[in-house]
Amino acid sequence: MAEFRTCPDTGFKIDLAAEKLIKWNAVTAVVFLLVGGLFGLLVVLTRWPAVHLLPSELFYLALTAHGLDTLLVWVIFFEIALLYVTSCILLSCRMAGPAWGWVSYWLMLIGAAVTNVAVLRTFDSGTNSIMFTSYPPMMGTPDFYAGIILFAVGALIGCFVFFFTLHYAKKEGAYQGSIPLVTFGAMTAAIIAVFTVLSGAVILIPTLAWSAGLLGNIDTMLYRVIWWAMGHSSQQINVSAQIAVWYAIAAIIFGAKPLSEKVSRFAFLLYILFLQLASAHHLLSDPGISSEWKIFNTSYALYLAVLASMIHGLTVPGCIEAAQRKKGYTKGLFEWLTKAPWGNPVFSGMFLSLILFGFLGGITGVVLGTEQLNLIMHNTMYVPGHFHATVATGTTLAFMAMAYWLVPTLWQRDLVMPGLAKWQPYLFGGGMGMLAIFQMGAGTVGAPRRHWDMSFADAEIAATVEPSAFMMMGAAGFFGVIASIGALIFILNMVLTIMVGKPKRSAAAAPAEAPPPPPPSAATAHGDAGTMEVPGTFVLALIFLVTFVLYYFVNWKYLADVWYLS
Amino acid sequence: MSITPPDVRIWWNEPVEKTEVLWITIALVWALVMFFMMPYWHISGNQNLSNEAYKTTPEVFSAKVDAMIEKYKVREEGDTGMPVVHPPAGSDIYLEASTFQWRPIFELEKGQSYRFHIMSIDNMHGFSLLPENINLQIHPDYEMVITVTPTSSGQFSLICNEYCGLGHHLMSSKMYVVEK
Repeated sequence: MAEFRTCPDTGFKIDLAAEKLIKWNAVTAVVFLLVGGLFGLLVVLTRWPAVHLLPSELFYLALTAHGLDTLLVWVIFFEIALLYVTSCILLSCRMAGPAWGWVSYWLMLIGAAVTNVAVLRTFDSGTNSIMFTSYPPMMGTPDFYAGIILFAVGALIGCFVFFFTLHYAKKEGAYQGSIPLVTFGAMTAAIIAVFTVLSGAVILIPTLAWSAGLLGNIDTMLYRVIWWAMGHSSQQINVSAQIAVWYAIAAIIFGAKPLSEKVSRFAFLLYILFLQLASAHHLLSDPGISSEWKIFNTSYALYLAVLASMIHGLTVPGCIEAAQRKKGYTKGLFEWLTKAPWGNPVFSGMFLSLILFGFLGGITGVVLGTEQLNLIMHNTMYVPGHFHATVATGTTLAFMAMAYWLVPTLWQRDLVMPGLAKWQPYLFGGGMGMLAIFQMGAGTVGAPRRHWDMSFADAEIAATVEPSAFMMMGAAGFFGVIASIGALIFILNMVLTIMVGKPKRSAAAAPAEAPPPPPPSAATAHGDAGTMEVPGTFVLALIFLVTFVLYYFVNWKYLADVWYLS
Repeated sequence: MSITPPDVRIWWNEPVEKTEVLWITIALVWALVMFFMMPYWHISGNQNLSNEAYKTTPEVFSAKVDAMIEKYKVREEGDTGMPVVHPPAGSDIYLEASTFQWRPIFELEKGQSYRFHIMSIDNMHGFSLLPENINLQIHPDYEMVITVTPTSSGQFSLICNEYCGLGHHLMSSKMYVVEK
């Protein structure tokens, strides 16, 4: 029989078995953020032309490990924790099969460790680093692939623990009606995760067999198509999870309810239906793929997944605005925003994540993923610039914001460095945002990604990369260091809070607060037919749209100046 | 709240707020514009990748490269021994990527079109022509064919921008475009 405690802060009933798993997954995530972040710092210090820290072999190794540990391990461990939070805690229900939760945890941990060791071993074994994407015919050692497969199987089991928890919660009457929107978003992430892991299995199991000498050949086109069915979809897990986090934080801080359950849920549903097509983004400059296929897939059918993100881009700030206006922050267009708790890292992290993901990550993603535009950006620094804006300033920053709420709540301790925590989202988000901008700038003038020396000092036939690219990579290096300091402050704050944080006032002394009561029903009704309820948000959305349209067509202009290709 | 079950049980019958309807409409229109830009550019733009590619083998492809070099070689690049070829306008030209070099170096004429064949004979490579910033993914065993028309002249740099091994950053070359 599951044992529960009642959370003094939120009133949620928490299954102790689930809580323990959430804690372990979250802590492991943070540890891998530290490892992956340190590799990232080494990478950025090497690509800063004036510093050029690592020798080439170590650089390629660090780059492989950075991708693996941040993009995959940190993010997915934290997502598994989020799945358990959004099911067990939000529904105050028991976890289905905590033992399976532990199987999931250990498989993921062992898998991550095995692959990390495989990457590190390339250094003294004299074999090549093969990058996180491991494109054949470059071959990794079998343990490289085996570790990723174990990790993925573990994550899959975690998803099923989540699904079964939802199932039993419904059956046992833990909640009435429909699951909360945040849980729905998490479920979207979990469903996409199943697709992602299955795609991964389809390509990585044969690749493992090939690496072990059991299979003669892996077709390189086929590999890229299916690998990206996993690789890009896994980023769509992040998008869904991070948007669920945005809604969750809006509810936690402001008591916000969605403007419309129907619209927000429909937008999540669009992700499930269309995001998988995104793997095509990575193949726009590959040989032998028809334009029809590219246009259909890269536009996610008809940009229906982009539409979904644009909907969330309105409804997330919109639900905050609505909640704030109900509290009386009604002056002008933006009082609701200016009077928001900008010193609270839970809010500031979330809102920065929303803005940076939309403006930097979202817009550039669409541009990069447009059939013809891709050819002036493919494999340049523009690509890492784009995905640092999505995964680092979007997902990672959102998860950090969530951790600022989750860690003190679960461990019942106060943050050890609340002053630094106030600044941390700006440091990390700002630094990473600038890094992304400069990386994209360097890519626009042709700086190659995954490259140790774009001065080609040792090359037989000299090549010239625009001098401005070196300047911009220097700036990216500087801001990368700022972002790393931001990440380190976050990690220290979390680890120290867990280890030596002062326990919160005891539950007995503080009367358990129920979650903020829903505002009076008259105020929750939808806006009058004639007035717009969230004018400030609508203005923000229009600013976003104008930026998007301008930037999109500027890139077509760039393309129009290029040599004729047909 | 977003973290509790919806207040209204039959939430799918709730009316949608006007701002949302307006925004969804705008976003959908924009999505359609972006969608139609791609086919539009195929019709009236000058920068489109062809769909033409062939599955072949390194031996066959390298033989074509050798034959072209034999026929059209005009000089060698400095003391590197790398041949520079000046193929006739309109001809088929072949560029071979291997760890860690591009072979040969082309001298093309501005305003002339060439059927440009490109393939790797070992690892995955990335064709990146600078400062034009034309970038292609180069696979082993897939011969990609694009009609290229240089619209500017001068000396261009050719680098590899897909990680291809520990000598990746040594893989660079040139392309010359001369006024006719």
